[in-house]
Amino acid sequence: MYDVLVIGGGNAALCAALSARERGASVLLLESSPREWRGGNSQHTRNLRCMHDAPQEVLVDAYPEDEYWRDLLGVTGGLTDEALARLVIRSTASCRDWMRRHGVHFQPSLSGALHTARTNAFFMGGGKALVNAYCRSAARLGVEIRYDAPVDALELCDGDFVAARIGDERVAARSCVVAAGGFESNREWLRDAWGQNEQGEWPADNFLIRGTRFNRGVLLKHLIDSGADAIGDPSQSHCVAIDARAPLYDGGICTRVDCVSLGIMLNRNAERFYDEGEDFWPKRYAIWGRLVAKQPGQIGYAIIDAKAIGRFMPPVFPGIRANTLNDLARELGLDAARFMRTVNDYNAACRVGRFDHTVLDDCHTEGLSPAKTHWALPLDTPPFYGYALRPGITFTYLGLKVNGHAAVHFGGRPSRNLFVAGEMMAGNVLGKGYLAGIGMSIGTTFGRIAGTQAAQAARTGNAGNRYADE
Amino acid sequence: MQMSESTVGINAPGDSEAEVARVMQICNACRYCEGFCAVFPAMTRRIEFGKADAHYLANLCHNCGSCLHACQYAPPHEFVLNVPRAMARLRGKTYADYAWPSFMGAAYRHAGGSLVLALLASLLLFALLPAGQVFQPVDRPGDFFALFPHGTLVWLFGAAFAFAALALGVGVGRFWREVSPGVPNVPAASETVQSILTLKYLDGGHGEGCNNEDDAFSLWRRNFHHLTFYGFLLCFAATLAATVYHYVLGIPAPYALSSVPVLLGTAGGIGLVVGPAGQLWSNLRRHPLHGDPAQRPLDRGFMVLLLLTSASGLALLACRDTVAMGVLLVVHLGAVMAFFLTLPYGKFAHGIYRSAALLKWAIEKRQASGLKLGSD
Repeated sequence: MYDVLVIGGGNAALCAALSARERGASVLLLESSPREWRGGNSQHTRNLRCMHDAPQEVLVDAYPEDEYWRDLLGVTGGLTDEALARLVIRSTASCRDWMRRHGVHFQPSLSGALHTARTNAFFMGGGKALVNAYCRSAARLGVEIRYDAPVDALELCDGDFVAARIGDERVAARSCVVAAGGFESNREWLRDAWGQNEQGEWPADNFLIRGTRFNRGVLLKHLIDSGADAIGDPSQSHCVAIDARAPLYDGGICTRVDCVSLGIMLNRNAERFYDEGEDFWPKRYAIWGRLVAKQPGQIGYAIIDAKAIGRFMPPVFPGIRANTLNDLARELGLDAARFMRTVNDYNAACRVGRFDHTVLDDCHTEGLSPAKTHWALPLDTPPFYGYALRPGITFTYLGLKVNGHAAVHFGGRPSRNLFVAGEMMAGNVLGKGYLAGIGMSIGTTFGRIAGTQAAQAARTGNAGNRYADE
Repeated sequence: MQMSESTVGINAPGDSEAEVARVMQICNACRYCEGFCAVFPAMTRRIEFGKADAHYLANLCHNCGSCLHACQYAPPHEFVLNVPRAMARLRGKTYADYAWPSFMGAAYRHAGGSLVLALLASLLLFALLPAGQVFQPVDRPGDFFALFPHGTLVWLFGAAFAFAALALGVGVGRFWREVSPGVPNVPAASETVQSILTLKYLDGGHGEGCNNEDDAFSLWRRNFHHLTFYGFLLCFAATLAATVYHYVLGIPAPYALSSVPVLLGTAGGIGLVVGPAGQLWSNLRRHPLHGDPAQRPLDRGFMVLLLLTSASGLALLACRDTVAMGVLLVVHLGAVMAFFLTLPYGKFAHGIYRSAALLKWAIEKRQASGLKLGSD
């Protein structure tokens, strides 16, 4: 019998497996996907948000604990647990040495993402390179990894873990870490969570999933049904507006379209619906998925003119291009008359000062609702481009309630040998909104805590199954 | 108005240039691999990838494999992204396209056949040239020139080398003009030389090396390559030293084991045995998704030819005082001649084109980027 069973194969699961093994436990890791799809959503990640009081290798200046905490408080609107959040924030100050010991390399902030040079440490090669490094380290240390091993249920006894089930197979262990991701790829659950809107639509049917196709929330649902305490709203997620042509799953980073603040955003009725210039794009990109989800047909159209070209990250799919606005409306399938009225109203309302997309400039609209408060330039220079955008879910926030030991709770009582990490508990810290790189911070912190706790629980025999039964 | 063709083609690899453009369009929207090598920083200075850009980036790629193993869009993802393969395919095409004279581009496309042909012709040439004395002991032990007069060898190899230099020069000249590189300057040139001498872009960006059979990093490929590289340079230096001995100092071959030409040649020869053997060994163990499978005859043929050249050279040194000298000399001269003949139409060309691409990058990175991406 293994000391520690880890269910999941992403960053949090691997951190848990490595930490448990470092403490002498024998570890089996069960990854539901085939080897080539291993790593869950971690394969699409690129950085870790880190606090630091002085410049540290790839990180410039300082990002103190309190500023990090205020940023988190801001995006979550208070839907967070301060003690757990600060635990995560503090651990990010020192976790990179541990990551490097397990083979992770860091690189300076990417071109096109220089705004994160202070706050985020980028993995060289991205999250898949990190997963590869952790898997190599796990193999070296003697962690056993099984692929194509989707756990569908746990055997529990009074809130304690006894065994996991893969179909008819039973895998017993002294303790267990579940880090098997959210439920974003479970279409029925998403449909349920978002329900039906006033127009009778099921909005979630039009969502694309930026993350792994393997996060179906099987274990999350099973544990909630088994009485584990849940936290968070199932409709909350990391949700950005991505190219409507993106693949249904695993579109990852490249499907985002970063030109919204340089132009205007329309809905299916060719009407604007939100201030495109409210704040810098990196601070606003994560609200547009939800904004588009609330529009009819769950689709938006970002419209720019030639002036914007070369000023934003090149999207993976080229935009629809036309030499007149009228033609662009037709190409996009929008009502040309209404489209022209919206654009003309916007153009007429623009008060152009000194355009500078690197600061909150003074180009704004007057007498327009909703206003565009910065970077408002008239759309007047052909060719014009349009991108159809859909809500793209990265991961869901509904999770299991934890304490600082990452223990799963049943009726308010922490389990003695069942722990949880990663997206399955990120909602404790992140009730809504998003802060770039915090998903990996939560996963790394709680993965390591869960692995350490699981190793300890196995050693002290808290599981009820003692070493004697081998 | 139009919808760009690449929209519909996002999942469908087209011909070499189109595939590099497709791949770079996806990479440019991701950029996770920026730290590995020069290709990705060069890519971020562009938002469109025309033919010239594609040729440049393809030759800048060192085929280390890091970006393939790190890629979230690699097969089985529907984007079927394989940057090193797309680059390798186009590289092979650029060698053939830039070849001079143009019809010799066919030699790249049939690399295995042309190499075997060149080797057989060269062996035949040197087997027939000495008119039947090969198996006879020569009067003075180790006297190569009793079989092949010095003047004949100088004329033959001089002509072959001059032609190779001309052909490669014309080819790389075409490549250089097409990629519109700007004017070389001293810092750029010195960085380029450094990148070449250290084979910088096989260090993985973190110093642990590149990939071979899986996602683990290792310095073996880099080390083997540079044993070959410096072995070749030492052998070249040995030839130059022997030329000085012959013409300037008036000392005829054979030279003593402790002489400069023999010392240089022996050290170089050992490098040219261990290096290509190691490269061949790594190449046979390479991950199946690495590089362009169609170019394996080009790659492996070159390694085998180098091995044959160095092994026959060392054997010749060891046995130069025996009756085997004649046969070994024919084999060695044949191998060296085949090497010279295929120089402008074989794997050797990669060094010339890649050096040119590295110089282009060193010049370009010192210029201001024309792009002002919003989030910078």
